[in-house]
Amino acid sequence: MERELKLMKGNEAIAEAAIRAGADSYFGYPITPQSEIMEYLMAQKPHERTGMVVLQAESETASINMVYGAAACGKKSMTSSSSPGVSLMQEGLSYIAGAELPCLVVNVQRGGPGLGTIQPSQADYFQTVKGGGHGDYKLITLAPSSVQEMADFVKIAFDLAFKYRNPAMILSDGAIGQMMEKVYLDPQVPRMKEEELPSWGTQGKKKGQDHKIITSLELESEKQEKVNLRIQAKYRQLEEEEVRFEAISCDDAEYIFVAYGTSARICQKAVDMARERGYKVGLFRPITLYPYPFKQLNKLADQVKGMLSVEMSAGQMVEDVRLAVNGKVKVEHFGRLGGIIHSPDEVFNALLNKIIGG
Amino acid sequence: MTEEIIIAGFGGQGVLSMGKILAYSGIMQDMEVSWMPSYGPEMRGGTANVTVILSNERISSPVLNSFDTAIILNQQSMDKFESTVKPGGVLIYDDNGITRHPSRKDINIYKISATNEASKAGLIKVFNMIVLGGYLKVKPVVKTDNIRKGLEKSLPARHHGMIPENEKAVMKGMELIEAIQIL
Amino acid sequence: MDIKDIIKEENLVYKRTNVLTENIMHYCPGCGHGTVHRIIAEVIEEMGIQEETIGVAPVGCAVLAYNYFNVDMQQAAHGRAPAVATGIKRVFPEKFVFSYQGDGDLAAIGTAETIHACNRGENITMIFINNGIYGMTGGQMAPTTLEGMKSSTSPYGRDVEMMGYPLKMTELIANLPGTYYVTRQSVHTPGNVRKTKKAIRMAFENQKLKKGVSFVEVVSNCNSGWKMNPVQANKWMVDNMFPFYPLGDIKVPQDK
Repeated sequence: MERELKLMKGNEAIAEAAIRAGADSYFGYPITPQSEIMEYLMAQKPHERTGMVVLQAESETASINMVYGAAACGKKSMTSSSSPGVSLMQEGLSYIAGAELPCLVVNVQRGGPGLGTIQPSQADYFQTVKGGGHGDYKLITLAPSSVQEMADFVKIAFDLAFKYRNPAMILSDGAIGQMMEKVYLDPQVPRMKEEELPSWGTQGKKKGQDHKIITSLELESEKQEKVNLRIQAKYRQLEEEEVRFEAISCDDAEYIFVAYGTSARICQKAVDMARERGYKVGLFRPITLYPYPFKQLNKLADQVKGMLSVEMSAGQMVEDVRLAVNGKVKVEHFGRLGGIIHSPDEVFNALLNKIIGG
Repeated sequence: MTEEIIIAGFGGQGVLSMGKILAYSGIMQDMEVSWMPSYGPEMRGGTANVTVILSNERISSPVLNSFDTAIILNQQSMDKFESTVKPGGVLIYDDNGITRHPSRKDINIYKISATNEASKAGLIKVFNMIVLGGYLKVKPVVKTDNIRKGLEKSLPARHHGMIPENEKAVMKGMELIEAIQIL
Repeated sequence: MDIKDIIKEENLVYKRTNVLTENIMHYCPGCGHGTVHRIIAEVIEEMGIQEETIGVAPVGCAVLAYNYFNVDMQQAAHGRAPAVATGIKRVFPEKFVFSYQGDGDLAAIGTAETIHACNRGENITMIFINNGIYGMTGGQMAPTTLEGMKSSTSPYGRDVEMMGYPLKMTELIANLPGTYYVTRQSVHTPGNVRKTKKAIRMAFENQKLKKGVSFVEVVSNCNSGWKMNPVQANKWMVDNMFPFYPLGDIKVPQDK
């Protein structure tokens, strides 16, 4: 079926894609720079379009727990927020991961720490892929770098979340949330009928079957260890099968940028600037931040002379780039802070100063 | 062809919607587009700006620090963005409220007295379209019939009655714009 | 008369409901939780809604309630049961959804979730067990701990100047337009058990009307936390809890 072309903000694209992906419920709380997601949903009356429920909660704490309740029924459930709000959701995310429930959480990042700024940032990398909440769990993390990917990743995130019964996150930022680009939208997918809902969900005890229990509690340590090992086995499978990335102009590259999201777009321009000046530069863009493309980066390290990790942070993802490269070549970080988006010039100069010349 | 534009002025001048109509018009002729606004408290009465890129190729960075064209609608924006025009590029400004006129010698400079004209002709609501018309006279990156299609796409149906007025404003802008410095 | 004569159907005076599982409850002897569990289960059985009911267990002594109710159950984070129940009810508006919480869970850490679920008028049944103490964690002061009452974190008695006042959450939420039926009961005598059962039955029946939250507080004891035997604890409850938390309906449906 033909995809519909629209000009949309990233935030609107997420919302429209969620309706079209057959999402059952959205629970959220307003916060800049992502409030358009719930505003768009409310304006669209998705209850009339598909039967999707949209509810404004009293806090991010409540919204993530509403997601828990709906997700535990086997329904496609989601929420969205920006950095401070996602901090509030960490408790709920840990419970959702512990209870092995699928859901989608969108983080349209802004600068921190604290109330920080409402301008774009990528400083929630650690929170997203290194934990955030308590306990051994991971969030399947997709990092869109265009409005098109904001839309496309909704379906992919839901699919992965249900396949692995684990929360998935779209880690975006204020720039991609607020910018408008062309987006081709998939046709409407119907919501799951009651008989299509996954059988592990609480949908009312069926005759002749045991009652379903959704919990993250197991007081006996031996059993809790087994739960943990089962969850870890899922993560090993994810790491084997679900890594996504894009390599741009990397084939003959001597130096590469490593960047995701908005920074990847900026680095793409910096690659063009570098090539015009005769430098063989490429861009490696992790699309899944968890699972991270460690192997692919390690392989690239055999070919290039240095890598610059570019992120609107004080240097978070660079730790994973260094882990991947394992000392084979020089790896440095560059990034502006406080909500400033680095320019292509700045990024190119950083490559010259820190990697090529350094 | 790639055209990188910054439009900057006060919130409420229609800076963002001018960019949106331009972007939609670009889509109507199969171009790649990006529209990157400033957002936040600025939306509520302070300065507002938007970066619009129209291109026949995939657009890399939506965030830029130099532009082919700067459309400047207040003094703060003049102070901030005059220096960001690429050498040989275009600066268009509305002289209403401007106390320090552009001084660069390496760019093309145009003036459009759109604020005055809009209040004289009762076209305040479509002030931004007068400016857009002026820009399109200098740089016809999109065809005027695609502007109409862009308006149809970006305005809610209940405002479609205003499209003729918008088109009139575009025409007015094309007449109004005057060259100050041509390289 | 041998045993076969005794266990005839016509001699049966009490049967365990199959809406409770056969798991042995971990509650202390004399605790009210087991009784309230049984009442809820019996109501579900009598209404014939075992296959349409989804319950939410709290954090606290009743955290393992999901092992005892033979209906689909979810376990919520501390205080979040009303939000979790909201999520369930919104995607399954025709199912019967109940939350089951203690005082620390419902009236301290989950105050916002409680008030807002009540204020939105979620069509759910909220069961609130108030024993004036944190039982599970070992008898610390709760939001409902009475003035002067001793607990492990108010060892010299609750000093309201320093620790604030006991909170009457039930009266508070009764003021909200989203609550439809609000009552306070107890389970310390057979008569009170019958009254509580009637209240819980009504609280479940109300879900069909879609007119908002039905909220049943059960003032209960915590003999181990209160450092008393069960008989003393019940007496102490009657003498001290009931004067501050008086039993009876607080908000009854106007249209009934």
